[in-house]
Order: sequence, then C-alpha cells, then structure tokens
Amino acid sequence: MIHSIIRHIDQLNKAVGHAFAWCIVILVLGVSYEVFVRYVLNSPTSWAFDFSFILYGSMFLMAGAYTLSRGGHVRADIFYRRWRPRTQARLELFLYFIFYFPGVLALVFAGWEYGSESMRIKEVSVNSPAGVPIWPLKMLIPVAGVLLTLQGIAEALRCVLCLREGEWPARLHDVEELEDALQHGAHGAAPSTTTGDRS
Amino acid sequence: MTEPQIALLMLGLFIFIIMLGFPIAFTLMAMGVIFGFYAYFSEGVPWFENQVFYLFTQNTFSVMNSDILVAIPLFLFMGYMIERSNILDKLFMSLQVAFRRVPGAMAIAALVTCALFATATGIVGAVVTLMGLLAFPAMLKARYDTSIAAGVICAGGTLGILIPPSIMLIVYGATAGVSVVKLYAAALFPGFLLASLYVIYVIVRAILNPKLMPSLPADDNPMKFFEVFVLLLKAFFPLAFLIMSVLGAILFGLATPSEAAAIGALGSVALAFGYRAMTWVKLREAVYLTARTSAMVCYLFVGSWLFSSIFSYLGGEHLVKEFVMGLNLNTVTFLLLTQLIIFILGWPLEWSEIIIIFVPIFLPLLPHFGVDPILFGILIALNLQTSFLTPPMAMSAYYLKGVAPSHVQLAAIFKGCLPFVGMVFIAMAAVYIYPQIVFWLPEVLYSP
Repeated sequence: MIHSIIRHIDQLNKAVGHAFAWCIVILVLGVSYEVFVRYVLNSPTSWAFDFSFILYGSMFLMAGAYTLSRGGHVRADIFYRRWRPRTQARLELFLYFIFYFPGVLALVFAGWEYGSESMRIKEVSVNSPAGVPIWPLKMLIPVAGVLLTLQGIAEALRCVLCLREGEWPARLHDVEELEDALQHGAHGAAPSTTTGDRS
Repeated sequence: MTEPQIALLMLGLFIFIIMLGFPIAFTLMAMGVIFGFYAYFSEGVPWFENQVFYLFTQNTFSVMNSDILVAIPLFLFMGYMIERSNILDKLFMSLQVAFRRVPGAMAIAALVTCALFATATGIVGAVVTLMGLLAFPAMLKARYDTSIAAGVICAGGTLGILIPPSIMLIVYGATAGVSVVKLYAAALFPGFLLASLYVIYVIVRAILNPKLMPSLPADDNPMKFFEVFVLLLKAFFPLAFLIMSVLGAILFGLATPSEAAAIGALGSVALAFGYRAMTWVKLREAVYLTARTSAMVCYLFVGSWLFSSIFSYLGGEHLVKEFVMGLNLNTVTFLLLTQLIIFILGWPLEWSEIIIIFVPIFLPLLPHFGVDPILFGILIALNLQTSFLTPPMAMSAYYLKGVAPSHVQLAAIFKGCLPFVGMVFIAMAAVYIYPQIVFWLPEVLYSP
C-alpha cells in the first residue's frame, strides 16, 4: 500500500520533470535563433527575452519535485550520513512536518492567489510589445506547489518505511551524475551533498 | 524578545537545521514563511491575507524571470554535453605528447587537461572522477608520486568553478547585483594566475626531485612536430576554441552570457557529433541532469530571497552590521575575517549554498570598508577552491578516492592537495596586494 503510493507519486513527478526538462533544448534552439536573426539577418525578435525566461522558469519550477524524488536537493550531510538509517528517518520525518510542508503549502496557497489573479486579467509580459502571455507561467507556481506537496508526502512515507524496516527503500533510477555512476566500492566515502543518494 | 533577536534566532535555528542534513532550499522556504508570518502579523488582518504570502510568490517569480539566472541551465547543458563527448582521453593523450619534454610532463598534462575540461563543463566532481580513472592510474604506472598525482587532479579539476565562463560567477553576480560580464573579465587573470602557480609548482618539484615524477623512457620513434600538431588539432583546439568563442562573445559584448551559453551548448552538441559520441541516450541524460541541477540551484534562490528579505525586515541585517562595526575592524582585518568565515563554511557546505545564503550577509558591509564587490567576489571564488581540497569535506579528494586503486590512502590524497591550497592563499594575497590583476581587464574593456 505505502509502496504503491510512493511509486505512483514518484512516477508522476518523474513524468512531469522529464517532460519539462526538454525545455532546455527548445531554449538552446530559440536563443540561438535570436542570435542568428540579430547578427545575420539584422532583424532581432521582439519576444526573445520573454521566450527565454518562460522556458527557463517553467523548467526549473516543474523539475523541483522530480529533483526531490531523486534526492537531488542539496543538503549538508556531514553528520547526517554517519547516522543509522532509523535515526535519519526519525529526524527527517519530524523535519518534513515543520520545515517542509509549511513552505510548499504556502506555495500552493499563495501561488493560487497570485496565478489566478494573473489568469483573470490574462496578464501579458511588459518586457516587449509582442504581448507574450505570462499568466500560464504564474499558474505553474501553485501546480509546482501541489507536486512538491505530493512528493513531500512520498518522502515522509519513505521515512515511515525506513522506520519500520530499518533501511531506506530503493529509489527509482533513471540517470546519475557521471561521478556517482562511476564511483565504485566507496559507499559512503564520497560526501554526496549535491546528489544526496543516501547510500 | 525584540524583533532583531527573533532574526538572530531565525539565523541560528536555520544553521542548526541544515546541519541536521535536511534539504536546504525547503528549510529556507518554510522558515521564511513561518518567521515572515510572525513578522507581518497584525491584529485584525485575516491570516491568509498576511503579507508574507505575497512576498513569497513575488520572490519566486523574480527568480523565474531573472535575466541572469537563465544562463545557468544553458551552461549546465553545455557542460553535461561536453562531459559526454568522449573528448577527455584524447585531450589528455595529446597534451601528454605535447608536454613530453617538460619536467613532470604527465602531471602538467593532467593539470592542463583538468583545468580546460573543468572550465568547459563547470562540473568539478565529474572531471576529478574521469581523470581519476584515466590519468591517475597512468601516472601511478609511470611511477609518479601518489600525492602529487592526486594533487594535480584534485586542484586542476577544481579550477572549473573559477575560470570563466563559470556558473559560480553567475550565481555570485545574481546574488550581489554585479554585472556577470565584468565578473568574467575580472576573474580571467586571477584564474590564469592560479593555474600558472599550479604549473610552476609542479615543474619546480619535478626539477628539484626528479624521482617524484620520472620522465618517460625515450621513445625509439619520437613523434615529429607535425604529428603532435595534428593530435592537438584534433583533441585540444576544438574544445579550446569553443570556450574562447563563448567567453570572447561575452567579454566583447557581442552576446549576453545566456546567448553565448546557448551558442556554446549548440557547439557542445556539434563537438559530440564530431567525436562520434552523440547518442539519443546521452542527449536524454544531459537534458534530465540539466533540469535537476537547475532546480537544485534555483530553488535555493527561491528560498534564500524570501529568507533574507524576512531576515532584514526583522532587523537582522542591521544587527549584524552594528555588531561588525563594533569590532573596530579595518579593511584588511574585515577581509581576513570574512574570508576566514567563508573558508570554514566551506567545510560542511558547498559553494552554491555559501554564495546564495551566506554571502548576502556580508554584502551590505562592503561599502563601509571600501571593498569593491567584484574584488570581494573574486576573493571568494579563489577561497572556495579550498573547500574542495581541505578536510573534512574535500569533495575533490573524496571523488578521487572513490575511483582510485584501493591501496591509495585518503591521507595521501589530502597531503597532495595541501600545497595547492597554499597556492590558493598566495593567489588571494596577490590579488589583494595587486588589485590590478582583477581590475585591469574590466577597465580596458568597459571604461568609456
């Protein structure tokens, strides 16, 4: 039961994170196109800046929960990694309630106020006369908040599983940082603050 | 409790919580919301109309439409593509041949390879790991001293966060409100200075004690100059050209950092095609890793901007300022103190947290002591090199240990890093005593 909830949330955030990750390719092509038309054809676009921040903003915002599901948010694990899994889980479960959920729930609540107001007036960007709509980008803030809340629930459930079984349940794997993929036989030797893979 | 005392409580509690190992970005967000709710609370106003909620989304959106931070995912993508383009072994091989007459040839080749590759990718851990698998065994086989072999790889790989175009300087620029372009121009010579100090150190050691770095046995059939040139043309020049065109476009004002990064990213894909390394799987890996690392850095910004605005609203910033003023420091002691704090913060934390979260505490003090924020940024960038190289949390040393043959002791790696830490301190002193190292290039390029 718990396993299946965790798996579904992980899968959802993986799908969303992967989908929005492709924004980077569009961003590279779009910005390069702008440079091309400005220098070669001498006719800069009017929408380049709006285009770039919309793609960048939605990419990182929507990848936040996916990153959390891979243990990718940076932590100072200088003491943490020396503790037994049960100790880690007990502490982390407690901290999720005090120092995680208030923040992401505020993101859902405040983001909804902010985004729905922007949607109501069909807000467009003030940076250019092209009138690029930015209300969808603002509406992504509460959506990201919901995804982060869901992922937080999954992480808290992971702590419960770990408390019950004495070891951390395995995470989904799709791609590792090269340095982590190549490390061998040195589990726990490399401090993995960027990747935090709890091994 | 007065409000500034609450602010101090907030800072102290924050440091305590992150030392427990909880994800930092979310701790910042939650504490910003909780303490902000208290700070903006007023009798009679409904809870959900508290000012903090508006502030939170406002700050989130300003991270999302920052014209500076856009460059981060673009540079990350470029780095992840170059990392996957199978260029490193060719690069090391060609440089090794090119430097074969220099004392300590392999160490110099490893150092230059690390520096160039790290500059192009900006990902220290990957450079050190890859070189640990490639160059480290080769050096040990050539009977190089273990510590020196380890030191050049760790120190060379770490240069990637300093030499422009580096992501760290973008993050500092966004935090301190300084032009990234000027920071790049300012960091160029200090970066070269440090790299040259490293090279000189290795050559001097090799001359003084040839046993540490024995020269390779003479080849029966030595390569002609032309052949060496062809090797370099294939392996060294394309990558060097890519970096120089990205950096040149930024420095000469032809493109903004994000535009140059996008072109660089296209270039990195072309490079991967050129070295026949481009596959669908590699592209996908680079795309996903870019999204993850960008989310990691940008959520730190989201949390930190809320946290620091609440901290200063409560009067914390003012309190810190008064405290530091009360210490009766002059410019030199102020710089020594701040750099010492950053050095110590580098033990448990990484550069991204130090710059995004802790540097803003020092920034308001700079005008009082007459310190230029650009100079301060370069000193920090140099200083943070040490955080990768000194125990207890020397990331570079641990990454090398993770892939090194099992008989190589961690202590030997640390011992090898130590002289390079000394070079970093020399470079910092040089930059402070001769600030022209920092200011000359920006002045030539950007003064009217």
